[in-house]
Amino acid sequence: MTQIDPSGPEQLPPTPSHTVGPFYGCALPFRGGEDIAPLGHPDTITVHGYVVDGAGEPLPDALVELWGARPDGAVPQVDGSLRPDPATGGHLGRNGVEFTGWGRSQTDADGHWYARTLRPGARGRSAPYVSVCVFARGLLMHLFTRIYLPGDEAALAADPLLSRLGDRRDTLIADAEGPALHRFDIRLQGEGETVFLEYQ
Amino acid sequence: MNPVKARTDPRRTLRATDPHHFGLALVHERQRQGSIRYPPMTLTQRDIDQEIAAKRAAYEERVAGGAPAEHHPRRDYAPYRSSVLRHPEQPLIAIDTAQDPDLVELRSPAFGERDITEIDNDLTRHHRGEPIGERITVSGRLLDRTGRPVRGQLIEIWQANSAGRYAHRREQHDAALDPNFTGVGRTLTDAEGRYRFTTIQPGPYPWRNHVGAWRPAHIHFSVFGAAFTQRLVTQMYFPNDPLFPYDPILQSVTDDTARRRLVATYDHDLSVPEFSLGYHWDIVLDGPAATWIEEGR
Repeated sequence: MTQIDPSGPEQLPPTPSHTVGPFYGCALPFRGGEDIAPLGHPDTITVHGYVVDGAGEPLPDALVELWGARPDGAVPQVDGSLRPDPATGGHLGRNGVEFTGWGRSQTDADGHWYARTLRPGARGRSAPYVSVCVFARGLLMHLFTRIYLPGDEAALAADPLLSRLGDRRDTLIADAEGPALHRFDIRLQGEGETVFLEYQ
Repeated sequence: MNPVKARTDPRRTLRATDPHHFGLALVHERQRQGSIRYPPMTLTQRDIDQEIAAKRAAYEERVAGGAPAEHHPRRDYAPYRSSVLRHPEQPLIAIDTAQDPDLVELRSPAFGERDITEIDNDLTRHHRGEPIGERITVSGRLLDRTGRPVRGQLIEIWQANSAGRYAHRREQHDAALDPNFTGVGRTLTDAEGRYRFTTIQPGPYPWRNHVGAWRPAHIHFSVFGAAFTQRLVTQMYFPNDPLFPYDPILQSVTDDTARRRLVATYDHDLSVPEFSLGYHWDIVLDGPAATWIEEGR
């Protein structure tokens, strides 16, 4: 069953998802994972928040991945997010020059995560957003959501996803805490549950 | 406005209800000391077995009623207790990607030679000495659902050592740590979507989902596809493990054929003479990708 024959006419059944578990800490987080923006870039924004469960408790063992376009809307196709050190096997970290568009942040003991990235440009008919993928112990399959940035109300009103969400729409729009500082909490369950997405 | 904000107190202390974080000995000691208020673990394997059977019967009833096969676990799967407060109750919102080919989620982050070192895929060579345990070679192909290879993408793995212990400070299972084994590797798929790891057969380990809970031996995989929508984190198991029926995490995949796709096959052709035993495990990624990528292959 685990040798897949890809020659048939039908779609292959996919490999099932499983939880990331509690012990990914030595494997998945990497130095500078949260610092996606090149150093000193004028379009840098900081997004941060808490991941909380259905009882309102923060998750100290969640992993948040961000993936977003460049400020001009183009999709980065640049490697070098991880850059391990060939001498030690540790991480050198990003080079602070290039923008890969992708990063990874693990929640701390308070369930708090942060990332510094570049303000994304708009693509297609959507208002600008950063794509988010959430992993956690207890979560059997990751969850996708989006961080939309506040400010351009006309663009947000025209967004094909946001316009379908009714009063749950606000869970996808970050709070402005400063000119380039945004708060985005991820509530997995219960009142104010974040809108999660399924791509078809 | 993000409505969680007002109700989340970041200074709230975490409850010590994480079944993974404490070994039994440590928990009992701390309970004696009164330093943690751990609820007594009264759930037995029999309780969990009954819940697993009920979930499976409900799935079979759905399929018999014409519902489609479920390839992935439901996030709401109470036999795995940690899922209870960590799954959404609202339905996911579907995005028809055919309506908007520009979505950034239809493209993938890029990884390259800068993101791996030459020995990252050989977990037996990350320390001065040889790790203890049975050396294994794990290899397979990364495909999308149309059968096309996913090339040049990142696969990360992590696992317990041969005694069933992770090199993680939160792990308090008192099996031996191996100073020559961290249990972390990564690689890029080749032009045919192929990957290959050399590592050590991981051991099973106990956890605190219920009394007598043991995880079957497994290797965690984190995989990127041709699109961010195809992102996958999962676990690979070894053939004929007697712990399979007792494990609520594996059993969260209620479809029998889907569950079998998580189990590698022993492959004598992958075994390296006088060195390692070989296991074959192909990975098929779910989710749509940008059509130009498909045309380009």
